[in-house]
Formats: sequence, structure tokens, C-alpha cells
Amino acid sequence: MRFLLTEEQRDFARSLRGLLAAAEVPAVVRAWSAGDHGPGRAVWGRLARTGVFALAADEAGPLPVELAVAFVELGRAGMPGPVVETVVAAVLLGRLGDEELAKRLLPGLADGGAVATLTLPGGSPYALDADAAAYCLTVSRAGELRSAGAGAPVASLDPARRLSVPVAAGPALAAGAAVSAAARAALDWARLLTAAQCLGVGEALLARTVAYAKERTQFGAPIGSFQAVKHRLADTLLALEFARPLLFAAALSLDPGEVAAAKLAAGGAAYGAALTALQLHGAIGYTEELDLSLWLRKARPLRDAWGTPAACREAVLAGRR
Amino acid sequence: MDLTQSAEVAAFRAEARAWLRSHVPAEPLPSLETEAGFAAHREWEALLHADRWSAVSWPEEYGGRGADIERWLVFEEEYWAAGAPGRVSQNGISLLAPTLFDHATPEQRARVLPPMASGEVIWAQAWSEPEAGSDLASLTSRAVRTEGGWLLSGHKTWSSRAAFADRAFGIFRSDPAAAKAHHGLTYLMFDLRAPGVTVRPIGRLDGKPAFAELFLEGVFVPDEDVIGEPGQGWRIAMSTTGNERGLTLRSPGRFLAAADRLVSLWREAGDPADTALRDRVADAVVGARAYQLFTWANASRFAAGEAIGAESSLNKVFWSRYDIALHETALDLLGADAELARGAWAEPWVFSLAGPIYAGTNEIQRDIIAERLLGLPKGRR
Repeated sequence: MRFLLTEEQRDFARSLRGLLAAAEVPAVVRAWSAGDHGPGRAVWGRLARTGVFALAADEAGPLPVELAVAFVELGRAGMPGPVVETVVAAVLLGRLGDEELAKRLLPGLADGGAVATLTLPGGSPYALDADAAAYCLTVSRAGELRSAGAGAPVASLDPARRLSVPVAAGPALAAGAAVSAAARAALDWARLLTAAQCLGVGEALLARTVAYAKERTQFGAPIGSFQAVKHRLADTLLALEFARPLLFAAALSLDPGEVAAAKLAAGGAAYGAALTALQLHGAIGYTEELDLSLWLRKARPLRDAWGTPAACREAVLAGRR
Repeated sequence: MDLTQSAEVAAFRAEARAWLRSHVPAEPLPSLETEAGFAAHREWEALLHADRWSAVSWPEEYGGRGADIERWLVFEEEYWAAGAPGRVSQNGISLLAPTLFDHATPEQRARVLPPMASGEVIWAQAWSEPEAGSDLASLTSRAVRTEGGWLLSGHKTWSSRAAFADRAFGIFRSDPAAAKAHHGLTYLMFDLRAPGVTVRPIGRLDGKPAFAELFLEGVFVPDEDVIGEPGQGWRIAMSTTGNERGLTLRSPGRFLAAADRLVSLWREAGDPADTALRDRVADAVVGARAYQLFTWANASRFAAGEAIGAESSLNKVFWSRYDIALHETALDLLGADAELARGAWAEPWVFSLAGPIYAGTNEIQRDIIAERLLGLPKGRR
């Protein structure tokens, strides 16, 4: 029993954090929201060179703890695009047992050359950022995997998330019980990585708000010295700190109940952090100009993506039968 | 990173489970906050001690098993899952003993720890005073130097277990001229039956005389019952709040067992159409697991040599809020029967309401979290 990240895992997090800090992600998010994927793809390429996407296509199987570490950092940076979906597509393809299909698609996903998005039974009907993806995959309830085209875009409350209902075309790439089983596992992976992303989003919101509370002066004192402000920030930290071990336990076990618990806690903590961040920034927080808005807008959709709180609670109790 | 248990730990778990299965009383003991219940719980402590289960984390020479924190957590999981009695020795074992291990002389440890482990001496705490609660350092009870020891005088209150306990520990002002409020305090142990001690039990919200006021008038304490250096009482008292014991004031095993019972209650009594209640049951399951894992993570950090400090404040706010939510959910599942005093959840619910108050109010804990973990500036409380 040693429930701690290894030194290598911590170094990996630090190097990703450094890379993303240097990449000026807020400007990348704004470009992505405006339909310019160029800067986002450039960061994507740099991330791929650190091996983030290759972790999903490892010969010994995907590496969940390392991926969770990476996705906390992606969330912290506010990285746009179908990062979760690309990794989950790789996991899905790796589990199908269709070597020809895997050989055709996996190398591009792993080396960052190709971006993928997907929908799965049990997830949202909307595919994320299909307009930026080389592959849009969709698995039906009947267990048919198809390649799809991007449907008509549907605006999200987060302009950095571009949604559409995939339009499946052509014959099934694969079908049957193996596809359904792979899709169920892929849904758990999507939940796990979204939970990690949520944790990072929540930590970024908290860090920015703590910094603001130390700087912003009213009544002759930093607002962060007032108990009403302190206690709200303390509660925000508490929710994040208790979500973190659920995340890593879920990564270790990949048990559906544990993954659902992690998603529930991390999603709730991130959304709570967003509400705290907004309230404590006051009017300046309620503006588009402040970069804080990039995380504020992400927190709620991510809380629901790949497993609403209700769906996660159901899975938690199902895991106890 | 792993959560797997070694074969040795698994064997320890199996041994604890087997012992508990054959020793835990079939019928719950009477409430430990009554005279008869206190005596019954003292006997239970003796039974635990006879097979060295009363203080598993202590060294063997004092009656323990030298269990590391991992084994301690495992023992607690098994203990509460077995429905074993509440621990009347808790104040001594989890508050005083860690202080003795860090600050007492070998003579004091040899004298005080074995009867604590056996339940022969039950300890009460004597921290708060009528005018010194959250602001504990403002306390005014005195320890005045006399030949061969100290004379205590003053008024302590909210002294848990003191109605029936044998001895107490606390801090007293030994140097009123010290420059700061938390200087000039001395950590002492004293006999609750010594001349000059008057114990007045206070009925709690649940009607039980579970704590008491202590009126002290010239109570003699020999030098051998001073812990550490006179004047260092504050530092000594605080030094054990932030270590691994601070993380384990309430063990995760307790809440895991309670969450299990809640799920059973929900299966028996829950309306399947009531998704709001179902969601709260799920939250209780997730909360217990989160608390367990948070504790494992900090135990691992501790084992790796990292310091654990203000994290114990996160821990305290979490479990105290969790405990109330869990019990409220159970009461809601019970409907009209929630009100019945003899119900399995009623009294524990009343007790859960004290959680955010004792062991440092949650308001003070949030100040500590904000200032020490988030680096926010100090302000007026």
C-alpha cells in the first residue's frame, strides 16, 4: 500500500504544467472558440511529443494513472478540444480486437497527428469538436461502430466546445457484443479522464481566486482576510482535496462504481469552485474579458459530460449490489 | 501508486476479524455515557487489552502491537464493521498517549500507559473554560508552584467523560506574566478524585451526562505529572494535533461501517421512486470512500516522511459534516420513526450534531485551512 504518485508521475505532471504554461492556453482557447484550430493543434502536437496520447495506445494497455495525471494538467490549463475523446477513441479501438482497424487508426491518434471525437451509449448524443476531428466515431445502442460526419453545429454555453450530432455514414466498422463491451469500458475511461480534467479545472479556478482574494482590497484590507471569503475558499479546497484520492483510486481499479464516484466528486468540486470563483471575483468575474471565464464556462459542461451527477450516483449504488 | 494490501496486512486483518467475531457482545452495551454503561465499556476495554487489541499502534511494551498506521486503519475498519462498542478510552488513547510518546519521560510512559491500555484508568480532557473556548490560549485556570509540585485552581468545562472518568489532562497558566497568551502554560495530568476537585456533570443535548464542569481549588499535582517543561504546554498540546493522529481522530472505518448500514436501511425502507433520497445514499457511500482514501493518501505521505499539518483541519471539517449528512439521510429514510429515541440512528444523529463544535470548531478549522493551506492573510476572527 503506497497511495502516492511516484516521483516519475510527479515529474510528468510538472513537465506538462510547464509546457502548457508556456503555451499561453487562454489565447488558444479564444482562437478555438472563434473556429481557428491552428494554435490548438500546435499545442496538441507538443503534448503528443510528451507521450500523452501514446499512453492510451501502450502495448501493455492504456496507463490510467499517468493519463489521470495528464488530464488534471489539461484541465488546469483549460486546454480546448476533444482531448478526452481522442484518448477514449484510442482505448475503444484498442479493445475491439480488430487489428486491421487498430493499425489504420491508432498510430495517428497516438502520435498526435489525428484528432478524434466520438459518442457512446450512455453518453451525450453530441460529439465534441467534430469539426476539428479527423475521425468522428459513433457506437449505437445495438453495438454498431460507425464512422460519422459532423452534423450541423449546435452552440454550447461554452463557446470553446463545439457540439454536433454525428451523422453516421456507410457500413459498420465493427458490430456485436465485443463492440458493446468495448463501448462500456470506453465510457468508464471517458468518465475517469473527464473527472481528472474537472479536478484540474477546479484547481485552476481556486488558485486564481485565492490570488485575487490576496490582491483585492476593500475596507482597507485584502478581501481574503475576511472570514466569509476565507471559509468559502476553504470549503472549495476541501471538496477538491477529497475528490483527488477518489480519482486516483478509480484510475487504479477502473471499477465502474469507483469511476462514477470520482466523476461525481470531481465534477461537483469543479462546479463548486466555479461558483466560488465567480462570487468572490464579483462583477469582474462576470465578464468575458477576464480569462477566468474560460474555466467558469467549462466547469458546468464538464460536470455533466460522460456522466451526469444522477447517472454517476446510480452507478455508485449499482456497484454495491 | 497502489492500494493493494500485503499478505502480512491481510493476515493482520484476518486475525482482528476473527477475534472481533468471537468477542464482540451480541447485544449492544448500555450507553457509555451512563454509570452502568461506563462500567460495561471499561470491562470491554479490559477484554480488548487482554489480547492486545486496545491500543494496537502502541509498542508491545505498553500493551500494543506496534502496528503501523496502515494496520491501525485496517484494525479500525474491522472494529467498526464488526459493530464493536464505542471506545471509552478514546480520550486517553488518541489524545493523551500521542503526547506522552512525544514529550513524556520513560518513567511517565511506563506508569501511565499500561493502565490506560487496560481501561483501569480512564482519562478525561480538561481544555476548555467558560471564557476560553475557540480562543483556548486565553485560559485563566492557574498552576501555582508549591513544594514538590503544583496547585491547580480554576474552572474547566465541556470535559468529555469527566462524569465517570478517573483522571484528566489539560493545560494551565503557570506564568501569568508571560509576554503572550500561549506562553506560560503547563501541561499537567491530575486525579479527578483528588482533594479540591469538584465534578459537576452536565446533561448533554441527548440527555446524557457525557461531559462535566471541573471546579479546582488548590488541587495538588506532583512534579512527576507534569508533561514536558513547565511553560511549554501550548506547544506540547498543539504538536500532536497535526500529526498522523490528528488525521485519525475519527477513523474511516467508522464511517464505512455507517455507510454500509445506511445502504441496508435504504434497501429495506427506501422508496425506489424517491431519487432525491437515493442520491443522498449514494453521496454517503462516496463520502465514506473519499474519507478512507484521503486518509490512506495522507498515511502514505506520512510513511514516506512528509509532514502532515493543516490537512488534519480538512479532515475534521469533512468528517463532521459528513456524519451529520449521513445521519440525516437515515432519519429521512425512517420517516415517522425517526423521532423514536430508541432507534438505531436517533441518538447517533444527536451526537453527530456536536461534530462541527468539538475538537476545534469548524470555523476555526476553516481559518486554519485558509491561512495555512491557501496562504490567505490573517484577519480578525
